[in-house]
Amino acid sequence: MKITKLIHSAALLAVFIAGAAGAARAADKVSMGFIYVGPKDDYGYNQAHSEGCAGVQKLDWVTAVEEASVPETTAVEEAMRDMIEQNKATVLFPTSFGYFNPHILKLAKDYPKVQFFHCGGMWHDGLPDNVGSYFGYIDEAEYVAGIVAAESSKSKKLGFIAAKPIPQVLRNINSYTLGARSVVPAATVQVIFTGDWSLPVKEAEAANSLIDQGVDVLTCHVDSPKVIVTTAEKRGIMCTGYHANQSVLAPKGYLTGAEWNWSKVYADYADWVHSGKSLMAGTIPHLIRGGLKEGFCKVSPYGPLVSDQAKADADAAKAKFMAGTMVIYQGPIKDNTGKVVIPGGTGLKQTDIDLEKMNYLVEGVLGSTGS
Amino acid sequence: MTSTATITLTAPPGAAPEPPAGRRWRTSLESVAIPAGAMLVALLLFGIFCGLAGASPFSVYYSIYRAAFGSWYAFQNTLIRAAPIMLCALCTALPMRLGLVVIGNEGALVMGGLGTVLVGAYWVSAPHYVALTAMALAGMLAGGLWILAVGAMKIYRGVNEVISSLLMNYIAIAILNHLVNGPMHDPSSLNKPSSFPVPDANALGNIPGSRVHFGLIYGIVACLITWVLIEHTSFGFKVRMIGGNLRAARIAGLPVGKISLLVCFLGGAAAGLAGMAEIAAVQGCANESLAAGYGYAGILVAFVGRQHGLGVLLVAILLGGILASGGMLQRQNHLSDATVLVFQGLVFLVILYSESLYGRFKFFQERTHGHQ
Repeated sequence: MKITKLIHSAALLAVFIAGAAGAARAADKVSMGFIYVGPKDDYGYNQAHSEGCAGVQKLDWVTAVEEASVPETTAVEEAMRDMIEQNKATVLFPTSFGYFNPHILKLAKDYPKVQFFHCGGMWHDGLPDNVGSYFGYIDEAEYVAGIVAAESSKSKKLGFIAAKPIPQVLRNINSYTLGARSVVPAATVQVIFTGDWSLPVKEAEAANSLIDQGVDVLTCHVDSPKVIVTTAEKRGIMCTGYHANQSVLAPKGYLTGAEWNWSKVYADYADWVHSGKSLMAGTIPHLIRGGLKEGFCKVSPYGPLVSDQAKADADAAKAKFMAGTMVIYQGPIKDNTGKVVIPGGTGLKQTDIDLEKMNYLVEGVLGSTGS
Repeated sequence: MTSTATITLTAPPGAAPEPPAGRRWRTSLESVAIPAGAMLVALLLFGIFCGLAGASPFSVYYSIYRAAFGSWYAFQNTLIRAAPIMLCALCTALPMRLGLVVIGNEGALVMGGLGTVLVGAYWVSAPHYVALTAMALAGMLAGGLWILAVGAMKIYRGVNEVISSLLMNYIAIAILNHLVNGPMHDPSSLNKPSSFPVPDANALGNIPGSRVHFGLIYGIVACLITWVLIEHTSFGFKVRMIGGNLRAARIAGLPVGKISLLVCFLGGAAAGLAGMAEIAAVQGCANESLAAGYGYAGILVAFVGRQHGLGVLLVAILLGGILASGGMLQRQNHLSDATVLVFQGLVFLVILYSESLYGRFKFFQERTHGHQ
C-alpha cells in the first residue's frame, strides 16, 4: 500500500514538474486571444481581423485562440474572461466596435495585467492603463478606389451602400466621392443607408435598386460586402470591395477595393509584447493609427476591367499617400446642400480631430445623412 | 361550474392539481424520463455531427460539461446567459396559457430598456435603491404596455397576435434606433449612437460572491411567481380555463378580456424587466446592442419549458449552458462558431418532438382502477 502510494505521489510530482516546465516554456510565448462579432469567413470586417490573427499565428512564439460570432453583451465579457483564465491569454484583441464600452473597460479593471487592444480608436486619458486602441485611415484606400471606380464607369453613376450615417462611414463615402470627382468631376455617388451592419436582404435590394437606376459601379460599407459584390457581378456591373479582398466573388467586375491589413498591425503588437513592452509601462502607445503609408490598410490588386489610365491615376494618388503629401480634405469643400464645410485654404490632415466628427456628405453624393 | 372539470383535463400536463405523489409515481417518472431520454438522443445526434466535423464526440461532450456546469466558475457563465432568457421566456409562456402565441419578446425587452433609460439616465440624482426601483418599474411598465397592446388588438379587433407581436419587434427596434440617433442621442457616442448613460452609482450590481448580476434573481423570482400564480391560484385557474376552452370560459362568465390583458401585461413586464437588467447591469445605456436576440431565445425556451414557470427556469439554465459552451467548442475543439447553434437546434427539436411521446409507453401508465 505504502509503496503504491509513494509511486503515485512520485508520478504526480513528475507530472507536476513537467507541467510547470511546460508552463515556463509557454511563458516565453505571447498568448493572444481574438474575438469577432460575426463569422470568420464573412468576406468582410471579421475576415479581415481573422486574417490578421492568422498572420501572427505563423510566428512560432505566438499562440493565438479565436472566438467568432460573439455578441456585444455579457457574452463577450465571458469570452474574454475564459481566454484569460483558461488559455492564459495576456493580450486580447476584441475587435468589434461595440465591445469597448462597457465590456472591455469592465474586464480591464478585473485583469490589470492583461493588455486589451481594441479596434476603433476610442482610447482617451482617464481610461484604464491596460487598454489601447488602434484604427486605420482606410478612407485613403477608398479615395484610390474612388478614382478607379469613376474612370471605369460608363454612366459616371456610382453607388454606395452603407450601414449607418456615423462619422466613420460618412468619411469613407466622402473620400470615395472626392477621389472619384478628382478625376471625373461630373461623377456622382448615390448612397443608400440600410440602417444596420449586417442586413443581407436589404443590401441585396439596395444593390438591385441602384443598378436599376443606372449605377454601374457599386461599393459599400457594411460588415460583409459579400451580397453586394455577388449581386453586382450577377447583374453584370462593376464593384469595388471593402474590409477584405472580395475578388474571388466577382472575378470579372471586381475593380479594386479598400482592405485592412491587420496582420501588420497585430505582428507589430506581438513584437512589442514579446520584447517586454507594455501599455502599462508606457512603452506601447495607447492610441495608434495609420493609413496606406503606415501599412494599416491597402488597395486590392486591380481587376481585369481597369484601364491603364485609371491604374496610372490611382497609382499616382497612392504614391502621394505613401509620400505623406496627400491631403484628402483640402478646402474649399462644400456639402451636398451647398454649404461650405471646409473653407478654401484650410486642409484637414488625416489626424485632424474634426474629421472624426464628420456629419455631412460632400458635393457629388446623392442622399442625406437622415438626421 | 360543472364544465370546469373537463377543462382542467385539457390543460397542459403538469398543470392539474396533483394527487399524493406516491400514487402517481409512474406519471412523475414519465415526465422526467422523456426529457432526459430526449436529451440523450440529442447528445447522440450531436456527437455524430461532431464526428463528421472531425472532432471526437467525447471530448466535445466533456468540453460542454466543463464550460457550462463543470465548476462554479463555469456555472456562473451559464447563469449570466440564462438570466435575460428566463425573463424573456415568460413573455411567451404567460400569454400561451391563455392560448395566445405572443412572440414579441424582443420588442418588449427593447421597450423595457428604453423605459429604463428614460428614468435612469434623466433622473440621475435619485438615491441608489429609489433609482433601481423606478427603473425596474419603468422597464416593466414599458414592456408590459407593449404586449398589452398586442393582447388588446387580438381581443378587441381580432388581429392575429403572432403576426402583430412579431411586427412590433421591428417597430420597437426602429423606435430604439430613432431615439438613440435623435432625441436621446449622447453626442459623445460618435460611431456607436447611444443614449445618455445611467450613472454608474445607480447601476445594478452583482450578486455578492459572484459575477452574476441581480437580473438572475429577478428571473428566478419571476419564474416562481409565474408558477404559483398560474398553477396554484384561482386567478391561474381562470387563465388556464380560458386557454383550455375559450367558449366555456365565456359561458362560465369569466371576464376574458380583462384577464387576457392582465396576463399579456405581466408577460411583457417580464421581458421589460430583462431590458431593465440589460441596461442597468450590463450596457449602461441604450444602443443597438440592446436587441441581442434574447427575446427570440426566450420563445424557444417557453415552448421547450412547456409554458410552465419551473420548466422555463430549468430550460433557460440549460440554454444558458449550451450558449456558454460555444466558446470552448471553438477554442478547445476547433469547431466552427455555428456548432453551438447546431447543438441548440438539435436539443430543442428532439425535446419538442418528445412531447408527442407522452402517454405512448405502457410502462408509464398508472395502474390504478380509478378514472383515466
